[in-house]
Amino acid sequence: MLDAAEGYTTADGRKIGGVLMEMKNITLRFGGVVAIKDISFDIREGEIRAIIGPNGAGKSSMLNVISGFYNPQEGEVWFRGERRPPMKPYQVAQLGIARTFQNIALFEGMTVLDNVMTGRLTQMKTTLLDQAIWWGKAEREETENREKVEKIIDFLEIQSIRKTPVGRLPYGLKKRVELARALAAEPRLLLLDEPMAGMNVEEKEDMSRFILDVNDEFGTTIALIEHDMGVVMDLSDRVVVMDYGKKIGDGTPDEVRSNQDVIDAYLGVAHD
Amino acid sequence: MASTTRADDGLTSIPALLARNARVWGASPAYREKEFGIWQSWTWIEAAEEIRALALGFLALGVAKGDYVAIIGRNRPALYWSMVAAQKVGAIPVPLYQDAVAEEMAYVLDHCGARFVVAGDQEQVDKVIEVQDRVHCVEHIIYLDPRGLRKYDHTRLHALKDIEAEGRAAHERYEAELAAREAAIGYDDTCVMLYTSGTTGRPKGVVLSNRNIIETSRASCEFDHLSHDDEVLAYLPMAWVGDFIFSIGQAYWSGFCVNCPESPDTMLTDLREIGPSYFFAPPRVFETQLTNVMIRMEDAGRLKKRLFDVFMAHARKVGPQLLDGKSVGAWDKLKYRLGEILVFGPLKNTMGLSRVRVGYTAGEAIGPEIFDFYRGLGINLKQLYGQTEASVFITQQPDHEVRSDTVGVPSPGVELRIAENGEVYYRSPGVFVEYYKNPDSTASTKDAEGWVATGDAGFIEPDTGHLRIIDRAKDVGKMADGSLFAPKYVENKLKFYPNILEAVVFGAGREMCTAFINIDLTAVGNWAERNNIAYSSYQELAQHPRVYEMIQGHIEEVNRSVAADEMLSGCQVHRFLILHKELDADDGELTRTRKVRRGVIGEKFQDLVDALYDGSSEIFTETEVTYEDGRKGKIRATLQIQDAAVAGADTGRMAAE
Repeated sequence: MLDAAEGYTTADGRKIGGVLMEMKNITLRFGGVVAIKDISFDIREGEIRAIIGPNGAGKSSMLNVISGFYNPQEGEVWFRGERRPPMKPYQVAQLGIARTFQNIALFEGMTVLDNVMTGRLTQMKTTLLDQAIWWGKAEREETENREKVEKIIDFLEIQSIRKTPVGRLPYGLKKRVELARALAAEPRLLLLDEPMAGMNVEEKEDMSRFILDVNDEFGTTIALIEHDMGVVMDLSDRVVVMDYGKKIGDGTPDEVRSNQDVIDAYLGVAHD
Repeated sequence: MASTTRADDGLTSIPALLARNARVWGASPAYREKEFGIWQSWTWIEAAEEIRALALGFLALGVAKGDYVAIIGRNRPALYWSMVAAQKVGAIPVPLYQDAVAEEMAYVLDHCGARFVVAGDQEQVDKVIEVQDRVHCVEHIIYLDPRGLRKYDHTRLHALKDIEAEGRAAHERYEAELAAREAAIGYDDTCVMLYTSGTTGRPKGVVLSNRNIIETSRASCEFDHLSHDDEVLAYLPMAWVGDFIFSIGQAYWSGFCVNCPESPDTMLTDLREIGPSYFFAPPRVFETQLTNVMIRMEDAGRLKKRLFDVFMAHARKVGPQLLDGKSVGAWDKLKYRLGEILVFGPLKNTMGLSRVRVGYTAGEAIGPEIFDFYRGLGINLKQLYGQTEASVFITQQPDHEVRSDTVGVPSPGVELRIAENGEVYYRSPGVFVEYYKNPDSTASTKDAEGWVATGDAGFIEPDTGHLRIIDRAKDVGKMADGSLFAPKYVENKLKFYPNILEAVVFGAGREMCTAFINIDLTAVGNWAERNNIAYSSYQELAQHPRVYEMIQGHIEEVNRSVAADEMLSGCQVHRFLILHKELDADDGELTRTRKVRRGVIGEKFQDLVDALYDGSSEIFTETEVTYEDGRKGKIRATLQIQDAAVAGADTGRMAAE
């Protein structure tokens, strides 16, 4: 078992820090349905952590617990060494947690630039009055925000669609714009809900590249849910495997791959 | 002829021109680059300072006089500065094509023995590292964009900004050395080495001296009255001689500003924002722009479409004459003015060509219809004819003497000669020194008196003195019945149709001509959408009977127009097929500058060529393709072969002179 404060070194030589977020005995129920049953795991500073599992395993619910959208009936969420009380999603965002959605949730009529700019909202300090007066404080802030956003646009190579309304973009690019918006919030923890869903091979390769680069360049901790096993195993440092709301595996991709419960969950068990 | 060893005022090298520009036009912009959504600019003084720091850094890194420094990446100011900084320390810059696969890169790096590589980004660095097992000369790699390179082993890898910083820090130590190196640059020393893309065989390293570049730049700047107020957009491959002449040679001679786009995808937006006054583009760029305009006009409202059609027809009729300074009737003039307000002005603005004072196209012949379209709009688009070996300029068209079927009069200082077999020879101050480490090729291209064979067949029009190029000398052939076969002539006519991206005509030594056609997916896709034609892949669309029908119509139109020219009426296309894949440089079918490699295509698709001649109506084929990441795959398809009607102009067929 890993020590909470120590951290470890990955196979490719990256230093992973101490625990950033810890889920302790989480149970989430919707009426009589138990979506998550007594699950515990941690996410460490600078790591790419994946949550996988077959359909209906409770992955998205888990992500929604992390993002504060659902409050679990039992269990505790610890973030940066403190217990996180039940919160509204915007409060969670202010803590430095940003996310993308499985079904793209962008403002279709707005340009890519404006969409990404909305990611800066939580960082804005000027008041409504400042904004109305505009000159001075609000103007300066807007310039600073624009600069940050432009760096992200450059980083994700979406310069050519900067002024294009999002509704006109193909799916793969929309996904990239969502990632850009999440990055604009300069999160400590980035949650990606099926970042590769519905993508072709080339788009998947691009997205994987960007996820690795984000982690490498900004040192952002990333937790992702993904269906595509190949992608998950290549990308992530550690993997949590869920099935029917329970945790059936946790460890490095290699450990998880050789775990019999995981193999059974994915390939099915022979009944004889 | 320049017989002195020095040019005016001792301006005998690019670094010397830089020093002059910093002195004379110090505060004018020298470089602009769009980054983070904003145009960043550097004045000549700032550029000179950056280049000095970089040169000092090169000295600190151990760049020796006569070293080769390879430069790989898209057009960015820092990469241009690296070239000049290399020259400053007496090294020779060798720009490489950034889209070259590792294999091609390995050959060039090894051939020139580059000790240093300046790479634009991780992609280029990866390629250089990948070939390290075969290429042992590279000692240090310098990169510009640090993204993704953080984790790499940095013992022989450096960030460009670190090299600059080290240069600045070490300036006391290397200042004297740098001054000495710079002073030692001779007029006949190598300025740059450029590898020709090579339509045949291995690329050859063309050595161009300071004399070649500076004499050529001076003459061509004077020819078109370029000044330090001009603006260019640098977006063509840095490894191409044209870019070196426009963005370094002429830019440093005239002191004009070089603008670099934000990314290759934003080129058209950046073009619109900059509005260059001096613009160069291969025919393909003009074709693409025209295709886009036409597609958008198809979707426009009826009134707009009608306005466009009426005024464009008028522009085609009157515009070129106005540009040539000929007089037209008062009514025509008035109507053209009205068109300028309603159609031409806005259209030019959308295309980013409002301010173009001098525009050139070269590399391949441009379709007369495309050419007239732009001239009609009032854009001074001209043609030039050139080669790497000539430091670009062989002939160019003077203002007011522009026609689509000639390539102009000899550039200042260039002498022309037509050989017995029709091949064009030239001699000029821009003629290259030699092919690097290849005396045989040098000898077979350039004779003792300095005449260079172009490899193109052509003739000089007796009454105007303009040069007309027919085709590649080796491609011009005879058909079985002895009539002239000039494939390019027909291909260019075919390629004018927006639906046809590429055409390859066969027929040398045969009794009739046949053709491969590549459809343009943008144009045909749009057409299919408007006509409710469903398709799921490029292949399926290409083989659609309606597409065949449309292409056949185009070919028959071309046949009629070819038949009108007695000398070439034998070149009409009798049978054709539409290819199942786009011809691609990665598969070796096109050169990096996107010229058709006739020989390679003929061999690779031998089965298809045979089918064109054996009368079959369809053929099954299997083709190997290379994906962008270098993996190979196969595609299979059954291709239709169709006949096209030929215009009956059998009368008076004559052999070519």
